[in-house]
Amino acid sequence: MPLTLESVRQDFPLIVGKPDLVYLDSTASSQKPQAVIEALERFYRESYANVHRGAYSLSLAATDAYEQARHTLARFIGAQPEEVIFVRNTTEALNLVAYAWGLHNLREGDEILLSEMEHHANLVPWHLVAQRTGARIKAIPLTPEGRLELCALDELLTERVKVVSLVHMSNVLGTVNPVAEVARRAKAAGALVVVDGAQSAPHMPIDVKALGADFFAFSGHKMCGPTGAGVLWGRAEVLQELPPFLGGGEMILEVHVDRSSYARPPQRFEAGTPPIAEAIALGAAAEYLMGVGMEQIWQHDRALVEYCLKRLDEELPEVRTFGPRGKDRGGVVAFSLGSLHAHDVACALDQYGIAVRAGHHCAQPLHRKLGLASTARASFYLYTTFEEVDRFIEGLKQVREFFKDWL
Amino acid sequence: MKLLEELYKEILLRHYKHPLNFRTLEGASVKMPGVNPSCGDSLELYLRLEDGRIAEAAWQGQGCAISMTSASLMSELIKGKTPPEALELTRKFKAMIVDGAEPAPELGDLRALAGVHKLHARVKCATLAWNTLEEALKE
Repeated sequence: MPLTLESVRQDFPLIVGKPDLVYLDSTASSQKPQAVIEALERFYRESYANVHRGAYSLSLAATDAYEQARHTLARFIGAQPEEVIFVRNTTEALNLVAYAWGLHNLREGDEILLSEMEHHANLVPWHLVAQRTGARIKAIPLTPEGRLELCALDELLTERVKVVSLVHMSNVLGTVNPVAEVARRAKAAGALVVVDGAQSAPHMPIDVKALGADFFAFSGHKMCGPTGAGVLWGRAEVLQELPPFLGGGEMILEVHVDRSSYARPPQRFEAGTPPIAEAIALGAAAEYLMGVGMEQIWQHDRALVEYCLKRLDEELPEVRTFGPRGKDRGGVVAFSLGSLHAHDVACALDQYGIAVRAGHHCAQPLHRKLGLASTARASFYLYTTFEEVDRFIEGLKQVREFFKDWL
Repeated sequence: MKLLEELYKEILLRHYKHPLNFRTLEGASVKMPGVNPSCGDSLELYLRLEDGRIAEAAWQGQGCAISMTSASLMSELIKGKTPPEALELTRKFKAMIVDGAEPAPELGDLRALAGVHKLHARVKCATLAWNTLEEALKE
């Protein structure tokens, strides 16, 4: 029987087990379906051994399962398996690119182009590399609605820009950036293009070839997979030329006491024992999501966010929301309630079993731009229901009443 | 909402809206920044020491009701105290917030924050000013 979004809640044991919980923090990390939990357990119970080492059947079976997961993830994003590198998460993927590519290709006076809506994971690695290379960092500004100011792009894309690293979907504003267009213009200007897909890969169909980027990074734990496994996709020609990031076992061709040569991609970038079980379970997560349908998940998120924003606008004028209104907006609603601090709001919502995040969401430059130290944030996923959005709205009304003297 | 009703009383509202000693301090002996990296809340604490006592305390910053109230009341309570006395108050405040100890009478109005112990996510908010005070007194 094909999966439907109405039935998916039954696939998530934590959600079934906590009927009073309204989990609205999938942007931070998603809940896990039974298929993923089972894949993790089954592998440990039945097939566990290290990969790419043993000559014995059990290790070969583990290697097959691990490589099968690589094929699945490749299919998930429209890539070739040898372009899929298993890493810990988006942060590690972006560090890999910044260090392995950046340290070898950036010189003093070169420019790294980011945007004002980046997550710290796509800022700090570049800061570290800029400090070492003398490269400078610039940022694409934002429009008041929270979109990229694309008019500024041509002026920013000088010949000094060697890399453009950009978030696909903002974890605060929900903005889906026109990455393909930026990539086309950046490539024309001779820059490498890196995409932070941490929020987009779990929520919409991804075709890395159509995006036209050189690297695409995402985490498994935000897309129903376990923690500890994520993916860096790299264009084959780029990976071929890329030096290693971490050295150690598995990533070599030949090692002498004083020198070594490296394996081909993707093994070149997977030093040491990888997160085997986690990668296999991430493969199960990708299968699960493709079974539901990524386009269906995106439409579901879209419908929820439209419904939520409409009700907030009409019924809670004290609530200010951030991010664009339109089809380029995913299922993320960052908001503030009057002059209340986000912690006070989130803590009060928690008393009603409503889990939202409060803070800067690892996007301090963006919050500085918004003129706020922090926001509260509700986010949706395939298991989120309209009834939960209703409970969120009703909860916010209670919170407004509770804090009426504070607003 | 019972937990919050016990905690978010008039006293928090008062300090949240009108925090005490909320200013910079000219001629401060110590100026110490404090930050909660996880949420971005930050403050700056100013102390003027005179004859081995905290003659004046002031602060500026932004935060939630709990962190603002805690900083506001702390800045009032430590005035006139010696650094060891202020550190002893810090210990007693943290015992109340972190360990759930019986609130010490000398904490005065700060005892209103005792309920934070049950709201684990807010322990960092309540202790931000006090951690900053500890750092400042190390100098």
